[in-house]
Amino acid sequence: MTSNSNVANMRRLVEQLKLEASLERIKVSQAAAELQQYCHQNAAKDALLVGVPAGSNPFREPRSCNLF
Amino acid sequence: ILNSGCNNNVKGKVKGCEPRVLSLQNILSLILFLLPASALTTGIYMIFSTKPEMATQEVQPNETLTNLKAESDTLKTKLEDERAKLHDVELHQVAEKVDGLGQFIMKTRRTLKGHGNKVLCMDWCKDKRRIVSSSQDGKVIVWDAFTTNKEHAVTMPCTWVMACAYAPSGCAVACGGLDNKCSVYPLSLDKNENLAAKKKSVAMHTNYLSACSFTNSDMQILTSSGDGTCALWDVESGQLLQSFHGHAADVLCLDLAPSETGNTFVSGGCDKKANVWDMRSGQCIQSFETHESDINSVRYYPSGDAFASGSDDATCRLYDLRADREVAIYSKESIIFGASSVDFSLSGRLLFGGYNDYTINVWDVLKGTRVSILFGHENRVSTLRLSPDGTAFCSGSWDHTLRIWA
Repeated sequence: MTSNSNVANMRRLVEQLKLEASLERIKVSQAAAELQQYCHQNAAKDALLVGVPAGSNPFREPRSCNLF
Repeated sequence: ILNSGCNNNVKGKVKGCEPRVLSLQNILSLILFLLPASALTTGIYMIFSTKPEMATQEVQPNETLTNLKAESDTLKTKLEDERAKLHDVELHQVAEKVDGLGQFIMKTRRTLKGHGNKVLCMDWCKDKRRIVSSSQDGKVIVWDAFTTNKEHAVTMPCTWVMACAYAPSGCAVACGGLDNKCSVYPLSLDKNENLAAKKKSVAMHTNYLSACSFTNSDMQILTSSGDGTCALWDVESGQLLQSFHGHAADVLCLDLAPSETGNTFVSGGCDKKANVWDMRSGQCIQSFETHESDINSVRYYPSGDAFASGSDDATCRLYDLRADREVAIYSKESIIFGASSVDFSLSGRLLFGGYNDYTINVWDVLKGTRVSILFGHENRVSTLRLSPDGTAFCSGSWDHTLRIWA
């Protein structure tokens, strides 16, 4: 009983590894370039990165809300 | 031995860990990597049992076992070789030409006080101003982060509410912890209504609930547990829709892929592995094991092509899903305490990490350097999330407070 379940588990592990080994991969240089491109494309919208004009970040206001 | 491993991890979160040294538990985790948990139980039984084994039928299964072990070792080597072949450059080398980031002025803009004990988890509402947080004392509180007012409070029947999540509609919250369940509370507009009366138990695990998240509707919840599994549940019926087996120890965290990139999620656990799963089939698609200790937090890069992890080994790491490997490590010799929670800024350029040394480190994701340290919390930072529109982030801490930074 015990060794049969060991075998079953090892079989599952081997199947899982086969699945992972068969994955199609791209080069790190290409992956890195695409990560960088995404950062660049969205940098302008990133309030914590570039800052926003004073008054448009609700958390930078003191607690009372000013409605214009 | 397995049970003591699980309890140690919950205790670790309770008492407070010193920097990790190699322990029996770590060695066991190494063994656990090679064999799934069920095999290990029987394996340990075989090693320690004094009963003589039945000799006759052992020969053939053992031979197959040896063959399978050899095959799995070959596959593992092949996997490493395939990954290494494509490792032609480092991320920070590619990023050398990118402009460096200037000085960051991020301060605490709001402090949410009201929990009576350690804050363990928090989540933002899609309306960008409400927050749900949960604590060791069993309380779950819904706050208006702009005004710092508490809008709702629920007392759970258990302590250590380690997970909480806001429903996409904003009309309910889910939470759970040492009760091994995930329960959904519809939020009532009537402040006097007893929320606990409408509670709905959705998920049932056989060990503590470590994380939960609604999928892109109020109808399904994804959970991870100290029992080593993740699971997808239908909220209305409480039915288990899919379970995810593959971690060899407690699963501590999970994150859903951004909706544009399809039905996958990533989980991290005490087996030091981060696994990417297909939600429909329950299959583990990719697995990454480069951390040297428990993975406390995982978060997808905003494009969905990568994810970051924070670990008790005092590092945060970035894994690219299409290159199928780790592409960056965020660490410093001076940082020796574990990272408990991580999140990206909106563009993915910044990675915020909450650490057990009470600080928040801000990393340049591309260059791999630290750009800022944020002080303020008076105990370890346990949870951290960016607001839905990226204008601020919230951190929760064992000092009983939550802070909004912008």
